[in-house]
Amino acid sequence: MPNFNDILIMLPEFFLVAAACVILVADAFMKPAERPFLHWISIAVLVVTIYLVVRGQPSGSVTAFNGMFIRDGVAEILKVFALLSTILVFIYARPYLVDRKLFVGEFYTLMIFAIIGVMLLVSAGNLIMIYLGLELLTLSSYALVALNRDSKLSSEAAIKYFVLGALASGMLLYGMSMLYGATGTLDLAHLHDAIPQSTMPHLLVFGLIFMIIGIAFKLGAAPFHMWIPDVYQGSPTAVTVFIGSAPKLAAFGMAFRLLESGMGDLSQHWQLMLAVLAVLSLAIGNLVAIVQSNLKRLLAYSTISHMGYLLLGLVNAGPEGYAAAMFYAISYALMSTAAFGVILALSRAGFECEEIEDFKGLNQRAPWMAFLMMLSLFSLAGVPPLFGFFAKLLVLQAAIHAGMMWLAIVGAVFAIIGLYYYLHVVKVMYFDKPVAGTEVRLQPDFTLRVALSLNALALLALGLYWGPLLGWCKQAFAG
Amino acid sequence: MITLSHYIVLGAILFCISVAGLFINRKNVIVLLMAIELMLLAVNINFVAFSRFNHDVAGQVFVFFILTVAAAESAIGLAILVLLFRNRSTVNIAEIDSMKG
Repeated sequence: MPNFNDILIMLPEFFLVAAACVILVADAFMKPAERPFLHWISIAVLVVTIYLVVRGQPSGSVTAFNGMFIRDGVAEILKVFALLSTILVFIYARPYLVDRKLFVGEFYTLMIFAIIGVMLLVSAGNLIMIYLGLELLTLSSYALVALNRDSKLSSEAAIKYFVLGALASGMLLYGMSMLYGATGTLDLAHLHDAIPQSTMPHLLVFGLIFMIIGIAFKLGAAPFHMWIPDVYQGSPTAVTVFIGSAPKLAAFGMAFRLLESGMGDLSQHWQLMLAVLAVLSLAIGNLVAIVQSNLKRLLAYSTISHMGYLLLGLVNAGPEGYAAAMFYAISYALMSTAAFGVILALSRAGFECEEIEDFKGLNQRAPWMAFLMMLSLFSLAGVPPLFGFFAKLLVLQAAIHAGMMWLAIVGAVFAIIGLYYYLHVVKVMYFDKPVAGTEVRLQPDFTLRVALSLNALALLALGLYWGPLLGWCKQAFAG
Repeated sequence: MITLSHYIVLGAILFCISVAGLFINRKNVIVLLMAIELMLLAVNINFVAFSRFNHDVAGQVFVFFILTVAAAESAIGLAILVLLFRNRSTVNIAEIDSMKG
């Protein structure tokens, strides 16, 4: 029987599920003119959830429902930033959705269900919970990608995402079944204890390989990255900005729970596999991004390379590496919401503003937007003193401390190659002449401008004062 | 006598058929949905076999969850398929290629 204490531990999740159901029903009875109300309610719900997550945080790690659910520092940080980035997504998305007649209740309910999936996934203490959290997140994402029902690209992106995502889930499940066969338990803590005594080590490694493939698919690490560019380009930008933020934090959480909490004893096997994935992601992401002409597609390839850097942190397989990887995931989520936020702020009905050409001479038309875009691109490139620079520094350091100097060198070299295509966009914005017919008109939405400015300036602020956040990340893994 | 390894081999064969179905198939998106279902069923066979072998009922509980999620997944998959057909009037995989690079 679940007792009251279990429910108290899971209070943020219970609250969010209840709120999502209320919003779903309320939307059915609302007139279209009342929809902005729904928008503010959704944001308020997420703010309250952040409050519940932070306030009820126990010191150390507690479990609920017989170890199904873990509430610890790692889950807390990931949840706070996932919720925070979703609030930003709601604010950025609204004018875009209104312009395209996509301002519907489904967007809000699906997003909230996806974020519930993220929260369950990062708190999972059991393979069943990992699977259910992951599916809640991805099933909601498939529907979100197809949100623009009349767009050819949107439905094409959705079917590609669906097929490859389902394949990834299948791989992950097959790996889980092998792990279950070798150890006889689905609980991650028991799994960790049972692995050294397992009588079937080959089955374990076999299962591990399938799990790594599943994780790499969800992260979007090469060579399992095929879905990323098409999904980023094809889905409505309001959804792309979401896919680039909270799900990346969730994927890191899933990798941490599976690899460290579950299979920490097999780290000598998975370290090298992750190193290979990291090198491939860095190479493919950075090199293919150079030839892109669509900014959303360019940012998609840059995501792949960023996931390579995140893997550099995981390769370390120690508290230092996990803290660096989590710091990287947080920085990536904030940087990509800022970059896609600028695209959203500049697009309007009938004009997506997603080609790099559309940004020609942006500085003359909207200097503040050009400046914010420059901040986020420099941060993505890892230029000091921005947030992205310290994130990159930490993961490279973690790789060196793991004894993989060559990996850190590869990472540094590709960071320099990557600088080229980010600088190219900055050059286009500041030094090229604007093309006639692509007059940029800024979205008049006031909250969007304020939130976007705060988001991009936070990249600078966190680059200058990165100590507290890093301390918080390190503390989460210290126990 | 049917042993554990028979079940594992059956699961592996079904899994391979489904992966092959996903990669070799160049004709029809509906076949992809069938291959995905087959993949989940292959996993279910593994779980049930291991559950019996390990005398642990958790694996069979997992199978119930997988079956439920698989139903939801095919519902969403078919919905996206209908959308795709309405927008492009085809479910041929070779023609779904408007994004490249």
